[in-house]
Amino acid sequence: MGSYRMDVLVCGGTGCQASNSIDVIETMSKEIKAAGLEKEINLVTTGCFGFCEQGPIVKIQPDNVFYVKVTPESAAVIVKEHFVKGRVVKELLYEEPKTRKKLEEQSDMPFYKKQERIALRNCGLIDPENINEYIAVDGYQALGKALSEMTPEQVIDEVKRSGLRGRGGGGFPTGTKWELTRMSKADRRFIICNADEGDPGAFMDRSILEGDPHSVLEAMAIAGYAIGADSGYIYIRAEYPLAINRLKIAVKQAYDMGLLGKNILGTDFSFDIHLKYGAGAFVCGEETALINSIEGGRGEPTVKPPFPAEVGLWKMPTNINNVETFANVCPILLRGADWFASIGTEKSKGTKVFALAGKVNNVGLVEVPMGTTLREIIFDLGGGIKNNRKFKAVQTGGPSGGCITEENLNIPIDYDSLTEIGSMMGSGGMIVMDEDDCMVNIAKFYLEFTVDEACGRCTACRVGNKRLHEILTKITEGKGTEEDLERLKDLSQIIKDSSLCGLGQTAPNPVLSTMKYFWHEYLAHVNDKYCPAGVCKALLKYHIIPEKCKGCTLCTKVCPKGIISGKLKEAHVINKEECIACGACEQVCKFGAITRM
Amino acid sequence: MSKIHLTINGLPVEADKGMTIVDAAKIVNITIPTLCHLNIHDIKMVNRTASCRVCLVEVKGRRNLAPACATEVVEGMEVRTDTLRAVKARRTMVELLLSDHPTDCLVCERNQNCQLQKIAAELGIRKIKYEGVRSNHTKDSTSDALYRNPDKCIKCRRCETMCNEVQTVGIYSAVQKGFETIVSPAFGLPMVDTQCVYCGQCTQVCPTAALTEVSHIAKVWEVLADEDLHVVVQTAPSIRVTLGEKYDMPPGEDVTGKMVAALRRLGFDKVFDTNFGADVTIVEEANEFIERLKNGGRMPILTSCCPSWVKFIEHQFPNLIDIPSSCKSPHMILGVLSKTYYAEKYNIDPKKIIMVSIMPCIAKKYEVTREELTNNGLRNVDHVITTRELIGMLSEAGIDFKNLPDEEFDNPLGISTGAADIFGTTGGVIEAALRTAYEWMTDRELENVDFHSVRGMDGLKEASVDINGMEVKIGVAHGLGNARELLKAIEKGQAHYHAIEIMACPGGCIDGGGQPYHMGDIELVKARAAGLYKIDKGKTLRKSHTNPDVIKLYKEYLGEIGGHRAHELLHTHFKVREKI
Repeated sequence: MGSYRMDVLVCGGTGCQASNSIDVIETMSKEIKAAGLEKEINLVTTGCFGFCEQGPIVKIQPDNVFYVKVTPESAAVIVKEHFVKGRVVKELLYEEPKTRKKLEEQSDMPFYKKQERIALRNCGLIDPENINEYIAVDGYQALGKALSEMTPEQVIDEVKRSGLRGRGGGGFPTGTKWELTRMSKADRRFIICNADEGDPGAFMDRSILEGDPHSVLEAMAIAGYAIGADSGYIYIRAEYPLAINRLKIAVKQAYDMGLLGKNILGTDFSFDIHLKYGAGAFVCGEETALINSIEGGRGEPTVKPPFPAEVGLWKMPTNINNVETFANVCPILLRGADWFASIGTEKSKGTKVFALAGKVNNVGLVEVPMGTTLREIIFDLGGGIKNNRKFKAVQTGGPSGGCITEENLNIPIDYDSLTEIGSMMGSGGMIVMDEDDCMVNIAKFYLEFTVDEACGRCTACRVGNKRLHEILTKITEGKGTEEDLERLKDLSQIIKDSSLCGLGQTAPNPVLSTMKYFWHEYLAHVNDKYCPAGVCKALLKYHIIPEKCKGCTLCTKVCPKGIISGKLKEAHVINKEECIACGACEQVCKFGAITRM
Repeated sequence: MSKIHLTINGLPVEADKGMTIVDAAKIVNITIPTLCHLNIHDIKMVNRTASCRVCLVEVKGRRNLAPACATEVVEGMEVRTDTLRAVKARRTMVELLLSDHPTDCLVCERNQNCQLQKIAAELGIRKIKYEGVRSNHTKDSTSDALYRNPDKCIKCRRCETMCNEVQTVGIYSAVQKGFETIVSPAFGLPMVDTQCVYCGQCTQVCPTAALTEVSHIAKVWEVLADEDLHVVVQTAPSIRVTLGEKYDMPPGEDVTGKMVAALRRLGFDKVFDTNFGADVTIVEEANEFIERLKNGGRMPILTSCCPSWVKFIEHQFPNLIDIPSSCKSPHMILGVLSKTYYAEKYNIDPKKIIMVSIMPCIAKKYEVTREELTNNGLRNVDHVITTRELIGMLSEAGIDFKNLPDEEFDNPLGISTGAADIFGTTGGVIEAALRTAYEWMTDRELENVDFHSVRGMDGLKEASVDINGMEVKIGVAHGLGNARELLKAIEKGQAHYHAIEIMACPGGCIDGGGQPYHMGDIELVKARAAGLYKIDKGKTLRKSHTNPDVIKLYKEYLGEIGGHRAHELLHTHFKVREKI
């Protein structure tokens, strides 16, 4: 990164861009010029830092100062104060909520303290649009090592020994997958990078591609060498324009430098990478559906076996790995399988990136060693629940996963422990829910997503999940019966057993896990026609607490139905029969006298 | 072949490698229900979508249930079809399908002939546990031939496999997502605006009434009741060997006599035979072939009896549009002759003549609406009903078909040769043409009229015949996928034939889109073909040009073969159509 006095790293990830980081960069660039510092200050647009909650992020090196929530106005202040006068702008530092202490360094922040960044190692550190910056952090060394010092079998063996498992959700051992593909007899083989990230709230893969695209390209070439493939496809959803753009730049730069294409690094090995855009169908994350989509067919799964490792793209053996899986490959080759295997739990090695979202203070992207507990992630890194509400559950594995409650928060998370408690690792989405969330409604929300995203091929999923959703809707509308609960359970089990692909097989998981842990909420909806969290509108009724009501009459003025009665300065009453539960009265009451029941 | 050993419900099974669980189970007399699955090996129709899930079974060591239709047996496999888990899942799949299916079985086209209905009955479904919203899609009645009711579709995708992989017409694909998924032409185009050729093979494989022919039964009842009209009927070659199936007669049994009797009892004024038209077709086509050969015309000549195939070439191969014979199809020829020759001979006002064709085919319904197929302002043929529709009319009329006496066709359009009978099966038209062309070109009698090399179910067949020292090369394709291959080779100049026969339906008209449903049983289709060859063999007259009534027709009415009048009445032209 050269002969500059200072590197200024500004986050250019999608999250920070949404909080206006592009303007921050422009202002800063202008101000640096105005101050005549353009030869001293190197302004770099990086990928995601992960701490999206506090974006836009600006990091100053070598001073190691981490500014948060930077606006174009405050960017100008940073230039004048920090760059010109050498004074840290205290107001822009992160404030630790508990101690209210201003923290200068990233590593002191609870959000980063327990993180260990392997897949995200370069995100927020380098300019993803400049291959030289990637090379400066040991980029393409792993490929060089593989091609010059290792046989394909040795590469596979190294990955196998590292214990790396598929980060897209299934957790299949990556090295074994490579080996199976290599062993399939064929004229050609293919590598596919699955970048069709589609879980609601998940953005691990997007951030890696935006922040460190070369790490994926390099790993794909290594995989190509290992299994004997001469080309690879990156299947990426068209809704990721920034990632696509950076990938395009990266691919071109890699070709220009001879790191992709014919005779890479002067060896016999040639490898091409093509980008293929998906139309954003969730089901295309399923391997066979993804292959159909690349081939120009309808994005729908086909029967396995045969697996893609035997019969894949264009009927040739194909190895498909997810973005994050690839992002782990180069460090394994450079630092060795033993190093990687020393991180994590017995059966799940390395780290995992999670997209932390929902009712948690620090929304963002975190990478932690396997075996970290959910409690650490939510309460230490995540800074606990928003607005001091009470934690209720966390959904892992997106719409295919399940919810996890307080009692299991201390379980060290890995692929197997999550499956054991009825959820799954999935691709790493983690949505935190608090006491204001209705679990029946949550199950309905996830199911609505899968019903909508299903390909419609098999009966179990196409009709079955639709029926599950209908039963859930009936329950949230207060029309459910205990028999419906039985049907819900039965049908969920049958769909899991009967669906053609993973999407259908896992779609009932949110229903089954919420039924397991929040049975009482289901019963309340069905028997008492009551939604304990006060979410399901049809079951909501408002009530005025006479002791708290001052008789100010404000509520009577906003009630659209005109059904609140009472004299001035006397307690008012809501006609519950007529109430449509719009909540207008609750919002205007200054005395907290109106409650849901 | 290496053997695989497994157990099904505890019973040891020795199966061939590559076999599915469904097939292996049959060895030990266990029938696993199937619905989407269809494997018609002979015509390369393999639907392996595993989408309906009604064949689920338990396989030891497998986390979820396995679709028996798409799971190959492996050594040591332990399968159970009889566990509560499997039984319940299979049942639920059928219940789920029924929960999104109209419940109008009593008035449904496929009542008692529906594979969904059958499986529901076999599994003893009495109640649908999971009721919910039902699909309500636009029904497509835009074409004259094919009716689409997506509400009855169970997404088995057989039609897609048939249309895209076997026929290569490519009309259908699944569109939309999830519960809204339907199988539809691209962009939801109405059928009439697509390049659908109305072969109706999709209706043959559709397990329900999602795809059916457009029924013209009501129109036929109406004209029959009108005393002012002179309603005549004609019957295609192939239907005389398929009609008996409904009445428990052996497949391929010739029921010509009963069929004629039945039609008379339905009230048709005259019962003519499309076979007569077939003999005329051969005479005209053989003549055209010899003319082209003599005058260095474009080769090969292609037969043009099949309206699906004609529409296929119009859409798909505009460069080859001038090579099919310009001859009309046999029933159109018979149609025009009934309104000219017959009308004049018997002094009947042609405007009062209504010609009804009983066809194995759905495309014939479309063919009769083609504008150029009219003479003197009258359509050559007025209405077309399929074999299936005729069966419907006969049962409505209460006709005891099986016990009817045999009756003869009416004159002057009722006599035919064996060459006409074999028009109903693949290879038959070209064989018939060869019999005539050979004799005309050599002036010698053809002693062995059987050309075995053009018979049978192979998709592409070839023959070469020595005629006057010249090697005449013949090609035969049935099924449009095979036809496409053949035409591509011709277009590229890789294949050199003198004459080619193409039939759109695999096996020819005996497996036409309007024939009784064969439910995937290809042996039935083969028996039908054998039936036609048997009729041919049993006739004294087996060459079209020896048909005395055809000779009389030219002598009395048409004049020269291929002459002016013949051209005016018996020939047509084709047009290039859009490729959508």
